[in-house]
This record gives sequence, structure tokens and C-alpha cells, in this order.
Amino acid sequence: MSSYLDTGGRGGIAGWIFSTDHKRIGILYLATMTGLFFVAVVIGVLMRVEQLVLDPPLFAPQVYNAFFTVHGVIMIFMFVLPGLGAVFGNFFLPIMIGARDVSFPRLNLMSWYAFVAGTVIVFVSLFTGDGAPDTGWTFYVPFSVRTGTNVTLGLTGVFMLGFSSILTGLNFITTIHRLRAPGMTWHRMPLFAWSLYGTAWVQLLATPIVGITLLLVIAERVFGIGVFDPAKGGDPILYQHLFWTYSHPAVYIMILPAMGAITEILPTFAHRTVFGYKAIAYSSMAIAFLGSLVWGHHMFTSGMSEQANLLFSLFTFLVAVPSAIKVFNWTSTLYKGSIEVRPPMLYALTFVFLFAIGGLTGLMQGALAVNVHLHDTYFIVGHFHYVMFGGTGVAFFAALLYWFPKMFGRTYNERVANLAWAPIFVGFNLLYFGMLVLGYMGMPRRYFTHLPQYHTGHVIASVGSFILAAGLVLFFANLVVALLRGKRAESNPWGGVTLEWRIGSPPPAENFDVIPEIQGRPYRFNPEVSE
Amino acid sequence: MTTAAGAHGGHVDHEGARFGMWLFLFTEILLFGGLFILYAAYRARYPNEFHEAGGHLDAVIGVANTVILLTSSLTMAASITALRTGQRRRALASLAGTIALGVLFLVNKYFEWSGEIARGFYPDSPLLAGRPQGEQIFFGLYYSMTGLHGLHVMAGIVLLAVMLALVLRHRITGGEYHKLENAGLYWHLVDVIWVFLLPLFYLAA
Amino acid sequence: MDRTGSETHVMPYRTLVRVWLVLLGLTGALVAAGTTLHPSLSVWAMLVITPVKAGLIFYYFMHLKYEKPLLTGLVFVTLGLLVLVIGLLFSDLFYR
Repeated sequence: MSSYLDTGGRGGIAGWIFSTDHKRIGILYLATMTGLFFVAVVIGVLMRVEQLVLDPPLFAPQVYNAFFTVHGVIMIFMFVLPGLGAVFGNFFLPIMIGARDVSFPRLNLMSWYAFVAGTVIVFVSLFTGDGAPDTGWTFYVPFSVRTGTNVTLGLTGVFMLGFSSILTGLNFITTIHRLRAPGMTWHRMPLFAWSLYGTAWVQLLATPIVGITLLLVIAERVFGIGVFDPAKGGDPILYQHLFWTYSHPAVYIMILPAMGAITEILPTFAHRTVFGYKAIAYSSMAIAFLGSLVWGHHMFTSGMSEQANLLFSLFTFLVAVPSAIKVFNWTSTLYKGSIEVRPPMLYALTFVFLFAIGGLTGLMQGALAVNVHLHDTYFIVGHFHYVMFGGTGVAFFAALLYWFPKMFGRTYNERVANLAWAPIFVGFNLLYFGMLVLGYMGMPRRYFTHLPQYHTGHVIASVGSFILAAGLVLFFANLVVALLRGKRAESNPWGGVTLEWRIGSPPPAENFDVIPEIQGRPYRFNPEVSE
Repeated sequence: MTTAAGAHGGHVDHEGARFGMWLFLFTEILLFGGLFILYAAYRARYPNEFHEAGGHLDAVIGVANTVILLTSSLTMAASITALRTGQRRRALASLAGTIALGVLFLVNKYFEWSGEIARGFYPDSPLLAGRPQGEQIFFGLYYSMTGLHGLHVMAGIVLLAVMLALVLRHRITGGEYHKLENAGLYWHLVDVIWVFLLPLFYLAA
Repeated sequence: MDRTGSETHVMPYRTLVRVWLVLLGLTGALVAAGTTLHPSLSVWAMLVITPVKAGLIFYYFMHLKYEKPLLTGLVFVTLGLLVLVIGLLFSDLFYR
């Protein structure tokens, strides 16, 4: 049976961009997102260079403002937000639940088009009008209403990206409800699918709220409609409420699929069934729900009421519980397993380590008094890079290493993958732990320059960023070489037990000749022993 | 939205398609939900100004448009019943009637907005700038919410026109009525949103 | 699992017309409440009548009455989420 990579019909590029095959759409996302990731990495490194060259500044302050806006918009809306769901969810969700495709294949392709359209619009906004948007990725009013830069177009692009996210969520929920193979009950679903299910609900229910909020900012800029502008009686804090009502749950859109992928990798390389299946499955749903009620912790210093501060602080501590449940279950999965540290496992364990730092620094900010000291400092920047990059980003790399042989039918050089880990890990911690320390010392975020007492810290962080970037180049170069010249992969190189490892590498175009009948729970490495 | 293929070339999963349509309606509910949240917040802050500003709206047109949309919901649902009980001509007539009522709604809306603008109530107008801030916010919300709703009515009319063409070409029949049913769901939701807009704006005085 | 999709219930014309008449009646009641009652009372009339109207459209015109409980439950989850968000928001607005 021919694989999805070489089926007939339209060849060349048309065979990809008009294909409704969920696997090809996953690859389309992978290619576009990786490209965008590197654009944002370059911008990130340029920001670190700016902090090295102070007098005279290498880039004008206005350019630096555009840098952190564009870096944030690309990384958030075009990389971590579609994240593992768009790439590995599209590719593997139907396979893992024993289906031939998602419920709405054409809608799925349309979501990629919406993604590309949004991306193009954002990039056009950088080079047209009166300068690139300079509001940061948060588009806070009243500044975003008053600034002369090209915010209207940028917001339109972000709105399109949100639309793409909604379509993906809608598709995944319907797919999981309707297309599970016979015998694939909810409690027999792989945990990656569970995490995508929780994510999809957040995508579906939270994205429209930011959609309307951004539309209102556009309406306010274009038609002068008074909604948020204080000069017309508006309340800018309401904008922050609505923005974070989406944008905090969005953090869980980014991290939940990453947790799901880690939950697939750890049992495979510990050769042991996952510990606490139901606890992990339901904690995904609990995170999705509780995560929707904590947005106010971004606004502790905004002038919000004390009562609201207390309430949101409480919920923030509560949401740490299901997250911690996951971490405990992962470590328990490793206990008494026969652990084999191959590249996907190395990156997965790194995820657990970095995510724990990200989560714990998050708790520090959830405490009201500490938050006042840390608000809008580099500590925040360091924290969310630990979660978003050390968490989602590293999980993305781990998932890529885990599923690469399956997706492309080729093996990569494991030694180089391990080698690339060292600069990524070292550079990452120099850069972002450096930021945590700088922030604690009082370095504010989003400044194009800094006072002399912060200079040593900035030098350390900048050097870390160079090491990190070098590691990233090595990591992806290794995979590109594998893509072109890698050896043929077996269908199950790691000894995985979920459905995707029972079909060929790369998977056949229709996934399964015959839809499999599911007999028992997932993650049974020794079926003869017992459940 | 209506292409639910269980697999490549497999059976069409009608229940899945309807489920997907409902999920889409949830996003619409929350899209308008964001606006309702803002309305609630600002009404709590400016109760008197909202009361005052609501008096400048034309309640007669608001109520008339409510009757029009409720009736269009009836004809929409009736067209599905007619199609499924084999009364194709009646189905076509009901569907055409639904579209006509939708257009009538927009015509009324046009005259309503023109009237407001002629009396000086539009964003950034000199008249409004001299009024209390709460009234400026009221009209900001009025134009955004009825405007967004109007866009949805337009989208619904286009959607129903496509459905009408499909019925005419026998692509939608008494046995294959599911697309029409899903389009109907959308139309009814647009109606539900208007049901909420009526008391919030036109009866606020 | 059912893959072919279930046939939904056909709504009789009589039911549809009755629902429509009730909806028109409730609209009339809403207008009457707005013009005759004291403002504080008319707000309550609005808060009761409007959701009833919406519920009728959901229940009959959108035939939620004949759907599986799952879908009805999800509608309530969506609306519940909206209510929760408004509640949390007002924990700020009321005490600010």
C-alpha cells in the first residue's frame, strides 16, 4: 500500500496545498510554523544584541518596540498557539483513535488557509502604513487605539489566526465524538487525544471572546466607536479583562497538547504503562476548565478590586493542582520502569524539568504581594519563556523526534540530536534564568536599554541566547539532513504501543486497510501480565 | 461546514455535521457573549445614561424587526417540515419567504440607522461628543452590536439563498435535508441574538 | 457507533405556529412591561421573559428538545461558562 507521501493525483505543490489529507495538512503546518519560528528566533537574538550594544543603540527605540511586538505575535499566535495540536494533532489524532481522517477534512484545509492568510496580513502590516505595530502582542488600549502605527491591519491578521484556531478545535471535538474506532471508548483513548480534546474546547469557547475584543479595537480605530477609550467613557481595564479571558486560557491551548505528547513519550521509553491514566485524562479537562477562570492574575496591578485580586489569586493556586498531578504521574510512570534515554526521552525529561521551573515561578507571581514587585519585569519574561519555550517548545522538539520516523519514514542521527541538546539546555537556562534574576533585581520588560547595574546579567543572557540559537540550528539541520538522506525507518522504532505504531512508516494514505477493533486499554506493554 | 465525511469516500456522518454546526453556534454565542459582557459592565456603571440614551432609539422599528425575525424563524422551520413531508413547493415558498423577511429586516435597519445618523447620533459626532460619556458608550455598543448582528443577517441571507438554489436543483430533497437543517440552525441563532438585543437597546428607556 | 446519522424528528406545523404565537405574545408582554411597570420591575420582566423566548427558539425551532442529552448539556456548559465569566468580572466591577 502506498504511503501518504507518494500517492497519485495532483503532484507537486498542488498535491499538498489542495490536499484534505489530515497528515499532509499536519506537514503543511509543520513547514510553515518552523519557518516562522526561525524568523522570530532571529528577531529574539537581535533584541539580545541590542542589550549588548547600548551607546549608541544599535536599533532605534521604535524599532525595538516593533521587534518585541513582532517576536511576540509570531511566537504566540503563529508558533506555540497552533503548536503541537496543529502539527501532531492533525497528523496523529485520527490515527490514534482509529479513524481515516478528521470529521471535516475540507474545513481542516481551510483552517490552514486562514492561518496562512493571517500570517501574511500580519507581515504586510509590518511593512506598510505608518510603521510596524508597537503595542506588544497584548494590544492594550488606550495605546492601541491611539498609536499611529499599523495596528488595525495587525489585529485583522491576528483575528484570522484565531479563526483558524477555532476551526481546528471544532474539527477535533467532532472527530473525537464521532469517529473513534469500534471499541475505542473514552477511557481507551490515548492521553494525547484527551489533551487535544480539552484543548479543543478552550479553542472553541475562549477564542471568540478575544475575536470580538480585537474587532472592537479595530472598530474603535476605524469608525471612532466608543467602547474602551476612556475619553468616551470607556474602561481600559475591561479590555484587559476580555483580552485575558481568552489569552490566559490560550496558555493552556499551548501547553495541554505538549503535556499530552510527553505522556505518550514517557511510557514508551520507560517500557511501562502510564501511571494514573484517569488522573491524567481528567486533569487535562480540569486544567482546561480552571484555566478559564484565572485570567485576572495578569491584572493584579491594574487597579482591579481587591476582592477580584483575592479570587483570581485563589484560582491561580488551584490550577496548579491538576498541573502538579500530571508531573507526579509522569515521575511515577518512570518509577521501576526500564528507562531508555534516547533523544525523544531526553527532550521529554528536559520538558519536565523546565516546565517545573516555569510552573513554580508562576506560583510565585500568583501570590499578590510578590506579584506587585515582579509585575512587568524580566521575571515575567523569564517565567513565560520557561513555560512556553521550555514547556511547549521543548515538548514540540521531543514530539518531533518521537514521531519523525513515523511521519517521514526516515531515521535521523541520534547522536547529533543528543549533541544539539547540550547547547539548547545550557543556552536556554543562561538566557531565561538570567532573566528571572534580572527581573528580581528590578529590570523592567520592553525597554530598549538598561541601567549599568543590570549590564552583567544582560551579557550573560545575551551569550545564552547565542548558544541557544546555535543549538536550534544544529537540531533542525540534523532533521533536514535526515529528511533528505536518512535511512528508511521501521514501522515501530521505539516499541510504542499506540495505534500509530501498528501501521507503516510513513503511514498509508488511508491510514488503515481495515478499521481496527480496540480490545483494551492503551499503554499495555506486557498484555499478558494484566491490565 | 456540511461536509462530514466519516472517511475518504465513506458515509456522510449527518449527526456529526449537525454536532459540528452546533459547536460553531457556540462560538457565535461567545462572540456576541463578549459584547453582552461589555453591555452588562457599562450598564452597571452608567444606569441613568443608558436609560436616557435608549430614549433616542426608535422602539417601533425595534419591535417591528422582532416580529419580522420571529416570523422568519417560523417560515424557516416550516420549510424543513414541508420538505420532509414531501411538499417541495411549499418548502421553496417558505424558504423564499424567510429570505424576503431577512431582507425586510435589513431595509428597516437601514432606515433606522439613517434616522439616528440624521439626528446626529453616530460615532465621533459633535452632538454625541457633547453628551455624557455613558451615552457615548451606549451608542458605541448600539452600533457594534446591531451592526455585527446585521452582518450575521446578511450572511444568513446568502446562506439561505444557496440552500434555495440547492433545493431547486434537487441537491437538497426530502431525504437529503440535512444541509437545510443546519442552515436553519444558524438562522434561528441569529434570531435568538436579536431577541436579546431588543430589550437591551430599544426597551432600555 | 451510529455512523449514518439519525433522522431528526419532523416538527408538525401546528407546534411551530403555536410556538410562534407564544413568542409574539411574550414580545407584547415585554413591551407592555416596559411601558407600564416601574423601571426596576420592568428590568426583572426583561430578565425573565427574554431567556424564555430564547429557550423556546432553542427548544422547538432548533429542536433541542429532540437531541441527545449530550448536546443539551453542552449548550448549558457554554452558557454556564459565559455566566461564570460575567460573575468573575463583576467581582471586580462591584467592589472597585
